Amino acid sequence: MTSALERPEIADAPPEAGTAASVPPGIDLRKLAERKVVPLRHPLRWVVTALVLVLLLNFGQTLFTNPSWEWQKVGQWLFSPAILKGLQLTLLATAISAVVSFAGGIVVALARLSGNPVLSTLSWLYIWLFRSVPLILVLIFLFNLGNLYPTVGIGVPFGPQWAVPTFTVLSPLVLGVIGLSLSEIAYSAEVVRAGILAVDQGQLEAAKALGIPSRRQFSRIVLPQALRSIVPAYVNQIIGLIKASSLLFYVSLLDLFGVVQNLGSTYPTDIIPLLVVATIWYLVLTSAISIVQFYIERFYARGSVRELPLTPLQRVRRRLAGIRSTVQGNTLA
Amino acid sequence: MTVAIDIHNATKRYGDKTVLKGVDLTVDAGTVTVILGPSGSGKSTLLRAINHLEKLDEGYVALNGELIGVRVHGDRLKERREKDILRQRAKIGFVFQNFNLFPHLTIIENVSEAPISQGVKAKDAREHARTLLARVGLADKEDAYPRQLSGGQQQRVAIARALALEPEVILFDEPTSALDPELVGEVLSVIRTLAGSGKTLIVVTHEIGFAREVADRVVFVDEGVIVEEGTPDDVLSNPRHRRTQDFLSKVLA
Repeated sequence: MTSALERPEIADAPPEAGTAASVPPGIDLRKLAERKVVPLRHPLRWVVTALVLVLLLNFGQTLFTNPSWEWQKVGQWLFSPAILKGLQLTLLATAISAVVSFAGGIVVALARLSGNPVLSTLSWLYIWLFRSVPLILVLIFLFNLGNLYPTVGIGVPFGPQWAVPTFTVLSPLVLGVIGLSLSEIAYSAEVVRAGILAVDQGQLEAAKALGIPSRRQFSRIVLPQALRSIVPAYVNQIIGLIKASSLLFYVSLLDLFGVVQNLGSTYPTDIIPLLVVATIWYLVLTSAISIVQFYIERFYARGSVRELPLTPLQRVRRRLAGIRSTVQGNTLA
Repeated sequence: MTVAIDIHNATKRYGDKTVLKGVDLTVDAGTVTVILGPSGSGKSTLLRAINHLEKLDEGYVALNGELIGVRVHGDRLKERREKDILRQRAKIGFVFQNFNLFPHLTIIENVSEAPISQGVKAKDAREHARTLLARVGLADKEDAYPRQLSGGQQQRVAIARALALEPEVILFDEPTSALDPELVGEVLSVIRTLAGSGKTLIVVTHEIGFAREVADRVVFVDEGVIVEEGTPDDVLSNPRHRRTQDFLSKVLA
């Protein structure tokens, strides 16, 4: 405590220019200051990378050397009519369900957020029910709807009724899409609700203060801002939906997975190539959606970032332009 | 002088806390009124009650004799439908402390949004928005997004946005409190030019210098009541009430 007081000459001595406590003697710090600072090296990173690469290459090698992969057959099956038909059904069921559940999700989310206690309780119950019941159960339930309600129709309670047999209006595909949508709406409602809640309350206040009509407050001010956080979460949902659509196989609809399953039992020797074919198509679908996601997110990022991220194409162009200029520089030199 | 705004018995409670205790205030058309007061005194609540962003528990606000947000229903005041309140708000501009510009819309879209939503043709609304942006000195920023502007520029856009519906009254809720000190001047100078334009302005602020220079009347609010009101000279230079004196000595210190 008192040492500083006892030795005031140390505390008061001004450091000589160009020196610091940690500098070894005989080194001129001023000179070092003119050179680029050497970044910290990470030798362990290189070791791990090498190890992983060796493992990957090992596996990669088996893709070519192990004859059981039967790549030739994969090529044969990949574009076969049966597979393409299954793919078409997967696409159709997913696309319709995705659109229906997004619209439905907005409705259920708005009901949940509304001041009306009946609506918000109903919406809560809906979400609770369809998030609790496994999709496969919902689907099988729907396919037995004919047993539960042999006819569907509308009428005055205890008065006249108009009805038709359930299976004449609802084809298996329609029932499948309804099943997928019913459970998907419950999830997307929560995604939409989270997005709406994430919008700053001041935005709604400003819209009210400007006298903007209620519906337009939502469509023009709140929703576009909510979409920024809704899109990544909802794309996640859609990717889940693509894979969930493989459950349609259990209610005798032949989607991509269903076709592969069927072909697998008809051609048991081709099971591996068939599974590879299904994997490839699911990868293609997911990749396509991820690309679309990038552009949608970029669109909704307008105004939230000072500069939009470059699209891959723009990035390639910049890179090429950079290479070109260095090449030119080199030839000139 | 004609009375533009008539506030009577404005009372607002949050739970057991009464933030406005029966405030009476009239504001003449074409004048500038500055509301001062310590934080939590109820001055912002009073301002927000004028365009019904805050619902009063008792009392009313009338603009040119028209009740805002409520109507007479038998022997009571009853809240109007949201649609009617939105229509009434179009006559009252509001400028927020945090600007609250729409971040996903460009500057010109921000300014023309309200008129377009009220049925003005997009082309005319944009034309008018351009004139307003020129007036606040931001003619060259119409295609920028709010986050690309400085705080002072954003607040000037917010003022242009509030002007777009040609309101008779403009309310400012601490318009310079969120700004860096060197940006306060540009916003105050825009408000100053509005002061001479015949609009009725009510400004909640801590800028005593601005109040002294621009205000026709200064109102000092504390603990939900108006403690003192009068000309800037009366209230700012010769405050009679102890609480006003305390506040001013703290703010001016």
